[in-house]
Amino acid sequence: MSTSSSSSSIKTSRWLAFHALLVFAFLYLPIAILILYSFNGQGVGGFPPRNLTLSWYRILFSDAPIWDSVLNSLLVAAAAMLIALLFGIPAALAVDRANFPGKALFRRLVLLPLILPGIITGLSLLMLFRVAEVKLSLLTIILGHGTALISVATTKVFAGLQKLNRAQEEASLDLGATYWQTFWRITVPNLKLSIIGAALLIFTLSMDEIAVSFFLIGRDNTLPLEIWGRLRRGITPEINAISTIIFMFSLLTIVVWYRLRTRAEVTPEIGAELVETAGRS
Amino acid sequence: MFSRAYRAAITVPPLIWVAAFLLVPYLLMFCYSFWSVSESGIIIHTWSLNNYHELLTKPVYWQTLLRSMWIAARVTFFSMLLGYPLAYFLSLHAGSRKDLYYQLVIIPLWVSYLVRAYAWKTILGTDGVMNTLLQYVHLTSHPLDFLLYSPFAVVLTLTHIYTPFTFLPIYASLEHIPRNLVEASHDLGATPQQTFWRVIFPLSIPGVLAGATFAFVLSLGDFLAPLLLGGPSGIMISNIVVSLFGAAYNWPLGAAISLCMLVLVLALIFFSERLEKKWSFS
Repeated sequence: MSTSSSSSSIKTSRWLAFHALLVFAFLYLPIAILILYSFNGQGVGGFPPRNLTLSWYRILFSDAPIWDSVLNSLLVAAAAMLIALLFGIPAALAVDRANFPGKALFRRLVLLPLILPGIITGLSLLMLFRVAEVKLSLLTIILGHGTALISVATTKVFAGLQKLNRAQEEASLDLGATYWQTFWRITVPNLKLSIIGAALLIFTLSMDEIAVSFFLIGRDNTLPLEIWGRLRRGITPEINAISTIIFMFSLLTIVVWYRLRTRAEVTPEIGAELVETAGRS
Repeated sequence: MFSRAYRAAITVPPLIWVAAFLLVPYLLMFCYSFWSVSESGIIIHTWSLNNYHELLTKPVYWQTLLRSMWIAARVTFFSMLLGYPLAYFLSLHAGSRKDLYYQLVIIPLWVSYLVRAYAWKTILGTDGVMNTLLQYVHLTSHPLDFLLYSPFAVVLTLTHIYTPFTFLPIYASLEHIPRNLVEASHDLGATPQQTFWRVIFPLSIPGVLAGATFAFVLSLGDFLAPLLLGGPSGIMISNIVVSLFGAAYNWPLGAAISLCMLVLVLALIFFSERLEKKWSFS
């Protein structure tokens, strides 16, 4: 390599590093402000922040409607996770090892809620519940989240299945185990990491989801909808405080997940998987 | 090796669920779009093309759709402008810090969409952080009112949200490029620019397409950021749909717009997948 091109490549490298710094600043600015102003006695705006205080957290802890909505969100996320895994795991198995009419359509349909704007999923389910005369409640949100997030379970478990060696399952069947035994003792343990990863992701995505819930909400709010309602009534740093707490919990989840994950191999493909999965928040 | 009963057990339950909660609802949306609503608010189940006729003849609908596409196009462009060089830097210049930086791109995704949009609102508002900061350092004497409640605010917020999503597939595709191809290009005397434009960039096109489709489609259908930050001039097509399903109470017309959006989005995904296949090497 000639000296001129190597000095120009150092220059390029510096520009790229500078650009990266700016992008990171852009990505973290709102988060930093969000957290900072949760301690601001003067409200959500105003520079410089004044009268740093914990009082918004104190108000938050005695704010019953917020905590009710947190409980509702936890309930919805847990139930949606169960539905998504209950149907997503067999769906991945079916795509991997069965042939049936309409398989291509089925694959596409399952994945659609990931790439479609949430409004389409939300509205189409709203019409279903209207026609079926189902009253909107947390249950309809659970059905909505569960259905939309089957896609996450299916992609994650399918990726796990691609790496799975079928010889173990064959051996188990040859040695006289039933399909049920083979499923629980061989297939599931081998897919453990994919399933846990999918479960965590489904849980967090459901906790954050608003576009689908927006249309399926009954009387009880989930946390994002409770926040949404308050945003329209006028805002206080209480929202910053609850968001900060939730963010800290999410960070904790990622740390736990990476601890689990580093025991297995880490591949750049996680990125591609995440793109398809994280967009629903 | 798998018996018929096993295959039925893994196939039938998800098939029924997906048919009931995805296929039927989409079909219902299709049906609704041909129905109409009476003045007393009852859905009339007679089939007609009236809703589609209204969409074509009333300019407000296609103007809003065009404006939404224009907002989505800007979001896509800026996300690329931020995401591509970042992915390139991480993949080819970051060395051992790569994994750390990668995590740093992912972490903002764990702050919920709504909360990030809200954070921008507190930054851009008349009494927000940005305006009070500018006045504090005496750069302006009055609050700048174009910051919030404008298409600018919507584009900025959506760019913030979708930059990590455009970054991820580009990064994945850059990571897949065999490094000996890059070295071979250098060894054969290509300048860094030539190596980039003739080797690296063409091989990253599938990632660019995936990221661009994602950013475009999801920002096109967004209705929360415009409601929160857009003001009257930032109204997008989904906001019209929301009002038709709410106060304006015309579900069939709302269903017709949704269906047009669905078709548009599916067509985009279809073409982008075709192109990705064409450009992917194996």
